[in-house]
Amino acid sequence: MFSSLKQRVEDVLLAGDEFSFETDDTISLTEPVKPEKAVCGPGLRRSGDRLVVCKSGVLRHKPPNVFWIDSQQRRYVPAKGETVIGIVTAKSGDMFKVDVGGSEQASLSYLAFEGATKRNRPNVVVGDLVFAQFIIANKDMEPELACMDSSGRASGMGVFGAGGLMFTVSLGLVRRLLSPHSEVRSDLETLFPCELVIGMNGRLWVRSSSIQQTLIIANLLQSCETMTAQQRKELFRRVQQGAL
Amino acid sequence: MMEVSGSSNVCLREFGCEQSLLSRPDGSSSFVQGDTSVMAGVYGPAEVKVSKEVYDRAVLEVLIQPKVGLPSVRERSQEQCVRETCEASLLLSLHPRSSLTLILQVLHDDGSLLSCCLNAACMALMDAGLPMSCLFCGVTCAITAEGEIITDPTAAQEKESRALMTFAIDSTERKVMMSSTKGSFSVHELQQCIAVSQKASEKIFQFYRDSVKRRYSKTH
Repeated sequence: MFSSLKQRVEDVLLAGDEFSFETDDTISLTEPVKPEKAVCGPGLRRSGDRLVVCKSGVLRHKPPNVFWIDSQQRRYVPAKGETVIGIVTAKSGDMFKVDVGGSEQASLSYLAFEGATKRNRPNVVVGDLVFAQFIIANKDMEPELACMDSSGRASGMGVFGAGGLMFTVSLGLVRRLLSPHSEVRSDLETLFPCELVIGMNGRLWVRSSSIQQTLIIANLLQSCETMTAQQRKELFRRVQQGAL
Repeated sequence: MMEVSGSSNVCLREFGCEQSLLSRPDGSSSFVQGDTSVMAGVYGPAEVKVSKEVYDRAVLEVLIQPKVGLPSVRERSQEQCVRETCEASLLLSLHPRSSLTLILQVLHDDGSLLSCCLNAACMALMDAGLPMSCLFCGVTCAITAEGEIITDPTAAQEKESRALMTFAIDSTERKVMMSSTKGSFSVHELQQCIAVSQKASEKIFQFYRDSVKRRYSKTH
């Protein structure tokens, strides 16, 4: 099955395609045979003794044994550990309700900020943008956010947003921006200096030295979704020369 | 799969589709079969009212808007057919206490409307990235007064037929997921129509595969 999975890496697969665990007809008696283990990521599900594709997309592989389906989506589904940009919608008792773009609003405790105690409450009002990570996110429970990591430090999370613009893009573009050697990000660095916050729920926040530059960067990122690499480099070059 | 006998006509009208054409829904598609054209939009998984939520799976709501006028009883029965097919193929238990909404707008009806709705619905669900256990497609067959079987009939052919059947076929085992029939026909004719529909569904599934391949080859 490993080999049949490896054969189809970088192929476009549809929901319903399956891989079965084929056993070899002959097992060698002289060499030690190790059991194969494959780690299945998003888009692949195990059903009995078969591996079924449940989302349409491209099969990706990370050695040694991780496989997943790369699919394009606009709707975010909360997952533990992901950092997202949320909008505070309500304050009820000791918790804030935060809209992260999923099917349910997430809750954020007021103690989940760096240096927050019962006497020293964080300065959060309804309508603020927060950059937080999920500490609980599964299909059965209400998602919970925290603005600090496990050691109690903020590490970039918390309330932010004055003077910038938040907009929504597809999840695929966000993953491309966050990948280690992102071409889109390196192209963006050649333009104006700006501050960029990337939420894995498809929300981006941009702030640059003037409102016009902020809007230009926001429009460029939104149009990056549908362009090939060639067209994107061409467009960025035109902006750099000041044509737009 | 059943055997197809000689006197049947497995030819479909020209079909085409487009995905991600609407900006607000999470998934959208437009499917054209000959002159029949349907546009679909999917929203979800989204918030649901507490009165409508189900604790262990997502709730799917289908709305079919006709080209002219308000939805009537005919649209309600078509919605039920589409909803049952979608519920059978979507993995609803992965999103408990959420809602999925599928809205189908009829742009032009020239026969085979229900199968065009099913195809548009499947493409929109794929575009939205919802987890599915299999894909499905819709095929319509009409039996003429002489006993000939026509696939993908036009509105004129549907009017003159003595029986009209629509089947939803799944992609993994080519089995019938849903059937909606009108008119009088024998058991043998029904089995023949099912065989013809299964054969026609191959073309549609190949088309799905090609269009998804084209879509993913663009953005790299």
